[in-house]
Parts: sequence; C-alpha cells; structure tokens
Amino acid sequence: MMNAGGNKIQSCGVRVEVRGLHKSFNGDAVLRDINLDVAPGEVFVIMGPSGSGKSVLLKHIIGLERPDSGQILIAGESIEAPGVMERHRMAMVFQSGALLNSLTVGENVGLYLSEHRLKSETEIATIVAEKLSLVGLKGSEARNVSELSGGMKKRVSIARALVIEPELLLYDEPTSELDPLMSVTIAEEIVNLNERSRVTSIVVSHDRDLAFGIADRIALISEGRIITVGSASDVRACQNPVVQRFLNASFKHPHPVL
Amino acid sequence: MFQNIGEMIVLFWRTLQALPQSVRQRQKIFEQLFEIGNASLLMACILSVFIGGVIALQTGPVLAERGLASAIGGLVGLSVCKELGPVMMAVLIAGRIGSAMAAEIGSMRVYQEVDALKTMNINPIHYLVLPRILAISVALPVLVVFAVLVAWFGGALVSMLNHRIDVPLQTFFTNLREVVHLRDVVNGLVKSWVFANVIGLVSCHQGLQTIGGPRGIGRSVTKAVVNSIVMILILDYFLTRILMYFDK
Ligand SMILES: Nc1ncnc2c1ncn2[C@@H]1O[C@H](COP(=O)(O)OP(=O)(O)OP(=O)(O)O)[C@@H](O)[C@H]1O
Ligand SMILES: [Mg+2]
Repeated sequence: MMNAGGNKIQSCGVRVEVRGLHKSFNGDAVLRDINLDVAPGEVFVIMGPSGSGKSVLLKHIIGLERPDSGQILIAGESIEAPGVMERHRMAMVFQSGALLNSLTVGENVGLYLSEHRLKSETEIATIVAEKLSLVGLKGSEARNVSELSGGMKKRVSIARALVIEPELLLYDEPTSELDPLMSVTIAEEIVNLNERSRVTSIVVSHDRDLAFGIADRIALISEGRIITVGSASDVRACQNPVVQRFLNASFKHPHPVL
Repeated sequence: MFQNIGEMIVLFWRTLQALPQSVRQRQKIFEQLFEIGNASLLMACILSVFIGGVIALQTGPVLAERGLASAIGGLVGLSVCKELGPVMMAVLIAGRIGSAMAAEIGSMRVYQEVDALKTMNINPIHYLVLPRILAISVALPVLVVFAVLVAWFGGALVSMLNHRIDVPLQTFFTNLREVVHLRDVVNGLVKSWVFANVIGLVSCHQGLQTIGGPRGIGRSVTKAVVNSIVMILILDYFLTRILMYFDK
C-alpha cells in the first residue's frame, strides 16, 4: 500500500481528465456528461449552485464513487485500473472536514505518515506542528476533534491534506466556514503550495473572491452539467444567463438605511 | 439476508487476507482488547455466578429427591462449560461490544471518516475491521474461561447453601472433576471462538453498511445485535453436532 517514491516528496502535479461522466442516485441524474481536462500544476476552480453535483464530482475524481458511465483518468490512466490509486498521492479536504473523531488533532494530521510508516515519530511531530501553524492552529496537537469549531475542523483537515504532499489535491469548499482573514490565509496557502510543488489543485467553492483570486481556470456547473470552462475573464465574459446570474448575484436591502 | 451473508463471507475473506497486517496494527488490537475487557469482565463474572447458581437450583432438588445429589457437580460443570458459558457470554458480548462496534464504524461511515481513510490509501479493513475481529476472537474465549470458573463456583455455592440440595463444596468439585474433562472445556472455547468471529463480522459489516444519518446508525446497531444473537443460537446447534464427532 506504500506509495511509489517512499519518503521522497513528489514535486510534480498530475493531469486529470474526466470523460463523459454520468451518475444518478435512485434514478435522479446528478452528473450528466461531465468532460474536464485539468493540466498538471493547474489551480482549477469549480463553481456552481448548491446541489449541482460538485461534491459528487470530486468524490468520483478521487475514486470514492463509481461512475454509471464514463471514466476518470489520472496521468492518462483510468483510476479503475489496478494500482493507479496507490501509485499517485492524492488528498481531499472534505466539505465537512471528515476528521477521525477518535483521534486527537495531531494524530489526525499525522495519520497518513504514521499509518504508512513513512517517517519516524519525531519527524512526524515536527511536520504536524509545522502544518498546524500554517493553518493558524499552532500548539493544538493534543486537542480532541470533538471540541473544535467547524472552521477549525476545516483547517485541521487542510493541514492533514498538506502533510500528504500530494500530486493532486481536492478541496471541497475550503473557505466556506472561515472568517475573511482566515479565508485569505487559506487562499494564499493553496496558491503557495501550488507554486512550491506544482500540485494540481481542484477547488470547489461558492466564494467568488476566492475563485477569481486563485484560479488558473474556472468551470461553472449547474444541474450536473458544465455550463462554461475558461479563465476568469472568459467566465466573466460568458453571456449565458445562468452564469451571469450566479456571478452577479448580490444582496440589495429593500429599505436602504442611507 | 442471503446477500448479507454473502457480503460477510467476502468481508471475512478480506480480513483473512489482511492478517499479515496484524503485527502493524497491534497497538489498535491492544486498545480494543482493553476496551472489551474493561467493559465486560465484571459484568460477565456477576452474570456467571447467577447462571451457575440457577442451574444448581433447578436441578439440585430433583437429583436430591432421587438420591443423586452427589452428581450435581458434573451436571453443572458440563452444562456451564459446554453450553451456557459460551452462549451466554456471546450474547452478552454481542449486546455490549457488537453494538459498540457497529455504532462506531457506522458513525465513521456516515460522517465520511471511512471515505477520508480511503483517500489516504488506508484500507478500512486493515484499520478498522481487522483489529476488532482479532481482539474479540481473543477476548471472548478468555472471558468464557473466567465465566465458567465463576459459574462453577456459583453452582457449588448454591448446592452447599440450599437446604434441599445440601451438597458440600468438596463433593461438588470431586464429582465435577470426575465428569468434566479438559476436552469439554476446549469444546466450549472452540464454540466461543466461532461466536466471537460471528459477532465481529456481523457488527463490522453492519457498521460499514450504514447509510443515512443517526437513524441509520441506530438501525445498524439493532441489526448487528439481533443478527449476531440469531446466528449464535442457530450456529450453536450445528457446532454442538459437529463437535460431537470429536468427543469419542
Ligand atoms: N450518496 C447519495 N445518495 C443519493 N443522492 C446523493 C448522494 N450524494 C449526493 N446526492 C445528491 O446529489 C446532488 C448533488 O449533491 P452534491 O453534494 O454534489 O452538491 P454540491 O454541489 O456539493 O452542493 P453544496 O454546494 O451544497 O455542497 C444532491 O441533490 C444530492 O441530494
Ligand atoms: Mg458539496
């Protein structure tokens, strides 16, 4: 189960291709003919309304759901082929964090390294401390997961993904529960990590500022279909009414105070 | 039901394949062992005094009326070590530990912790199922040894104290040692080892099958306990039948 490369840090992202992906749950189509091509080292942002199938798409990419039809290719190989998932380091930041409740924060963050025996305990402790301070949770190794707030869980989950030093990193709404300052920190870290190790990042987010700030390319998904894909300016220029409504939605107080 | 049994056989097979991993997972096996022992040793002992006691109470007066009171040691001894010890302890552990396993794995499933393990290339069978099944299959036979000893003692106590039976401790245990052989105890331990695997498998399987929220977890726990007990009682008959071949 050990990844190829052992302790060596992989320094290159992988290409991800999604081909004709269809998925329905109990007869309801959730994904309809999704085609995507994410280049190695790209920051690819997926936006779309709630319930449009973004999380389900990410789960397909990392192999947690099996497509009804279509396929996912990682570095040109189908993820269904034997050994492909083990050969590539991948990590996912779940929308809910998905931390192991029976472990402490530190054990959660170091889990990948300790389970695969990649580093000694002291090395793991150093790495864990470093990643935790990166997400602003310095010194909280010994805390229980159950006593963390939602946003703290999310940040621990991000630290846990960073420890893996992955070639492909999937973020499911990394900033949805964070305050504006922490959102900026996380956005910076996504970009830094991308520059440092050329990891391929796929980020699902509703956060327009984050999306346009970090994305090399953006895809907009609605009702299980991809409406448009392109650079930030391409997407802004897209005349599709769904896209325009999603990007320009803003709250207007019916009785302005001033 | 049949689909469940099929899936459980697959799970058992995968767990067997994972056995070489058990050295790596020893820490977790010890944790589970400690939890099982901690949760059930005292309860098992208390329960066993009464199990031994009630057998003596039911049979003693009948034997005494026919002048056979001295045979009570063997009767209590055999029924406890071959039948009541293994079965009652298995039922107790199904309720106490099987339910906890199903609940824990079920909630990990529902809250995507199992998914998170998979994305980290950590096999849930190695990480969750193997340590639990190994721990329970060690713990239950050990627990049965304790239970049997305590139940014998309970039987002896009742035989001595109840004035309608009135058999001294000495006579009780002399007769017990004449009638009960080591192979009878081993017979009971084999049974309990099989029951332990059944409880572990059923509970882990139900846990991993959990869908939905807290209600799904509740459903899994109920099913784990009920299915374990049903399978234990049915298997008990067939195991008894099979083990008879080794008796002579
Ligand atoms: N395991 C499942 N079983 C049945 N339906 C599911 C399952 N997972 C997702 N769905 C359905 O698929 C649809 C898309 O869900 P998904 O979680 O991908 O939405 P999303 O785009 O991530 O929304 P949000 O922004 O609110 O997280 C929803 O209608 C949901 O009910
Ligand atoms: Mg989602």
